Amino acid sequence: MADFTNDEAAVAAALDVPVQRGEPILQVRNLQKHFPLTQGILFKKQVGAVKAVDGVSFDLYQGETLGIVGESGCGKSTVAKLLMNLERATAGEVFYKGQDITKLSGRALKAVRRNIQMVFQDPYTSLNPRMTVGDIIGETFDIHPEVAPKGDRRRKVQELLDVVGLNPEYINRYPHQFSGGQRQRIGIARGLALNPEIIICDEPVSALDVSVQAQVINLMEKLQDEFNLSYIFIAHDLSIVRHISDRVGVMYLGKLAEIGTDSEIYDHPTHPYTQALLSAVPVPDPQARANRDRIILTGDVPSPANPPSGCRFRTRCWKAQEKCSTEQPVLAIPERFRGLDTLAAHESACHFAEERDVVHSG
Amino acid sequence: MSTLNKTATVPAPREGAGHTGPLLEVKDLHVEFHTRDGVAKAVNGVNYSVNAGETLAVLGESGSGKSVTAQAIMGILDMPPGRIPKGEILFRGEDMLKMSDEERRKIRGRKIAMIFQDALSSLNPVLSVGYQLGEMFRVHQGLSKKDATRKAIELMDKVKIPAAKARVSDYPHQFSGGMRQRIMIAMALALEPDLIIADEPTTALDVTVQAQVMDLLAELQREYNMGLILITHDLGVVADVADKIAVMYAGRIVEQAPVHELYARPAHPYTRGLLDSIPRLDQKGQELYAIKGLPPNLLKVPTGCAFNPRCPKATDLCRTEIPALVPVTEQDGADLPGRKSACHFWKETIHG
Amino acid sequence: MPDVTKTATAVEDAVAPPSATEPKGRHKPEKARSLWGDAWADLRRNPYFLVSSVLIAFLLLVSAWPSLFTSASPTTGDLVKHFLGKPELGNIGSEGWFGYDQQGRSVYARLIYGTRASIIVGVCVTAIVTIVGGLMGMIAGYFGGAWDAILSRITDIFFGIPFLLGAMVVLQAFTERTVWVVVGALAFLGWTQMARVMRGAVITVKQADYVHAAKALGAGTTRILFRHILPNAMAPLIVVATIALGGYISAEATLSYLGLGLASPTVSWGVDISTAVDQIRVAPHVLLWPSIMLSLTVLAFIMLGEAVRNALDPKLR
Repeated sequence: MADFTNDEAAVAAALDVPVQRGEPILQVRNLQKHFPLTQGILFKKQVGAVKAVDGVSFDLYQGETLGIVGESGCGKSTVAKLLMNLERATAGEVFYKGQDITKLSGRALKAVRRNIQMVFQDPYTSLNPRMTVGDIIGETFDIHPEVAPKGDRRRKVQELLDVVGLNPEYINRYPHQFSGGQRQRIGIARGLALNPEIIICDEPVSALDVSVQAQVINLMEKLQDEFNLSYIFIAHDLSIVRHISDRVGVMYLGKLAEIGTDSEIYDHPTHPYTQALLSAVPVPDPQARANRDRIILTGDVPSPANPPSGCRFRTRCWKAQEKCSTEQPVLAIPERFRGLDTLAAHESACHFAEERDVVHSG
Repeated sequence: MSTLNKTATVPAPREGAGHTGPLLEVKDLHVEFHTRDGVAKAVNGVNYSVNAGETLAVLGESGSGKSVTAQAIMGILDMPPGRIPKGEILFRGEDMLKMSDEERRKIRGRKIAMIFQDALSSLNPVLSVGYQLGEMFRVHQGLSKKDATRKAIELMDKVKIPAAKARVSDYPHQFSGGMRQRIMIAMALALEPDLIIADEPTTALDVTVQAQVMDLLAELQREYNMGLILITHDLGVVADVADKIAVMYAGRIVEQAPVHELYARPAHPYTRGLLDSIPRLDQKGQELYAIKGLPPNLLKVPTGCAFNPRCPKATDLCRTEIPALVPVTEQDGADLPGRKSACHFWKETIHG
Repeated sequence: MPDVTKTATAVEDAVAPPSATEPKGRHKPEKARSLWGDAWADLRRNPYFLVSSVLIAFLLLVSAWPSLFTSASPTTGDLVKHFLGKPELGNIGSEGWFGYDQQGRSVYARLIYGTRASIIVGVCVTAIVTIVGGLMGMIAGYFGGAWDAILSRITDIFFGIPFLLGAMVVLQAFTERTVWVVVGALAFLGWTQMARVMRGAVITVKQADYVHAAKALGAGTTRILFRHILPNAMAPLIVVATIALGGYISAEATLSYLGLGLASPTVSWGVDISTAVDQIRVAPHVLLWPSIMLSLTVLAFIMLGEAVRNALDPKLR
């Protein structure tokens, strides 16, 4: 991996080199974010930390969609903010085309931002209510004037509106004149404006009505093919994540519990948390439901300020033993599956990983 | 009224048992809101009924009028801007809309209780949960402070809050989301109502907690033989617990059916579209089916069938004539009990 | 927190979004409606706004060109009219209708010329405290950390000083108390309220996703502050400033009455009230007229503030 240099122009130039399909475009290594808990008014004293993200590693390959699922408080949204450099990582690296972007600033960071964009969860708060749609999307060109020459911007904004399925004549309207689904399309158009390679989507459809969710998901899939995008798709809805993702990572309390292809995770889960999560998903099919294996977890997610020792899931796990409280399981292919030609052989952070199908009835 | 521990095993005999027929019946209910942009017709002639021990799920998206209907039943609609120009809400055969405020207040909480989506904002943050639970008994049953606290602990046990005795003097913010929702359920149950209206009770909760809370609600409902109206947008949650489902769109019920039949054979294009647009958990699937267009603007509900601009089957008939909610039958004319559809082309939809 | 955030209330549930139901292509001529535009449309229909703005426009006109309204001088008295103070009720329309004061000066002329002092104090103090306080609040709220700690403590210290008492002490230090000295004294103590309001609003706005979105696009601090934060955090500041304006006018009158604000020969309602009190039994009208003017002016600004609050309050929208 290339060394981090302070020559911002060189960094910027290096980022323009394309990545081949199937190569990793983003490599996350041991990413951590600890929010300090402080006391005191003027002179603050740190008394602890909320370990929102505590050592997460994964790769994103060019052209794929990596889904990240987990319950509230598991740190998935913080991961998004760290990847976008909206929060500074406490430790760990994010390599984009070999460059660690967690410590960049100034021009080099701005160059990275052209290539990594974000779509936000709440279409009601992610658009400035006092700006017109044209200004919201056009602002990207004010910030990055090299992307579109001045006279060309209005036309470009209208093109973008058309691409996301909105009437280009709506350019002068304000966000509150649109419905939730339409606003999310505006948010997507803004994310596309700089022609990025990676889009990080933080719960992009969870605030939308069911009938509109499908439209937006289809749009995102269409855009991925059209513009050769790589997505990191963060959501709590497991069905939607399966639908859109090539690979899926399951997070629990700041760590990845299990990661693999969609079939590996959904059809052959080996981590007990993944199994419980999948089995709890209400399925709109009462017949299938009756025959499904159901695991109802007891208790709540522990506080990330004071996570359990050893395996973080052990307080709610039905398999927990002595070993789980003393030894932290690493995210790797479990020994018993190593070298076997089975879909269960994927990375899972459990001492007692075993397969259990909770998704299919019968 | 009997105490909780007595009713724990045997369902209490219900007051007003002389009334036969449904526990609650909503007839041709209309609700509108006067806004500065015009009159928003939120509910346009809704009919449904719930029996004791039965769960009716009201399914709809935002703006379908599902929550507004519930608020009208509870009598907690903001009026103005809201207005009920037409309709009846019969509780044990008596029209609640014609009752005095005093009579309605007696029903609210004691006979009909409500559970809201956001438990944190529904509980008073400066009072302990024990105090808030006990308040129900002190105010309505005149119990002493000590007895009320004892009852509060019983209720917390009932909704399976661990270490109820130790936690009774804790404040709402000290509980997790799932636990707070349990406290809300305990509060609704306190006076052993005949009917509970749950408005998106699990929407704000995580999947693993959702299942716990839904199971608890279903269990308690069976135990107390209550009627339950479950308002939700989540087709998955509904499938688990409901007996029958009413699907709402633009302030009208477009389809009504027993739960299994609705999922197996929808009789309205909107229901079918909704079911088809949900991705599956057990297989990857191809491109999602998406209902085209946008949810209706209640200030300008389309003429005829409100779903017509988004419907793949729409004809000129749909654009001019409002379809009535009519019984659905088998192809050979045999009855399908409890099934109704408000589509001109229900035959083609269910059988085609 | 919940991922499906549907906290919409019944009304919102029912009327949101008042947007295009029309499918793409078949577009209707729905005009672009900005939030400011909506607020303005609301204001225009508010009778309180109409009444107060007419009144304020009139006061501004009077203070800018007092000679348009009277030809008499407020400072030269005709001792012949000394204590002929009673209004000549038969003479409606003439200056004598308002009567004359102890030194034979026209009460009407003094009312007209006194307007300027009140308006200058009100408008200037408000302008200074809004800019200074707004800036302080914005810096404290946006940058947080040490900035916030230091600025907020300074604000707290100033906030601890009783407003009128503090102004009295400050004014004691000046022998010649012109309008500008009074403006300075009031502004010196008044900015804290604005700083607090602004800080709170900025902290709320900076957590909005559109601010994150702008950062994610690579927007600089200046752009974020002035394009995204300021326009969305300004509404409460405007409301508080409008209402406070009336307060500054009455503060000036109070100080002048106590002999610590403006003093003769400067013409001001406060000064007039102060001198008229001595003759309250002989000539009550000399006290009455400036008091009425003062109350009306303060009322007008408070009414305007209320109307603006109603128009800008996002909860009513």
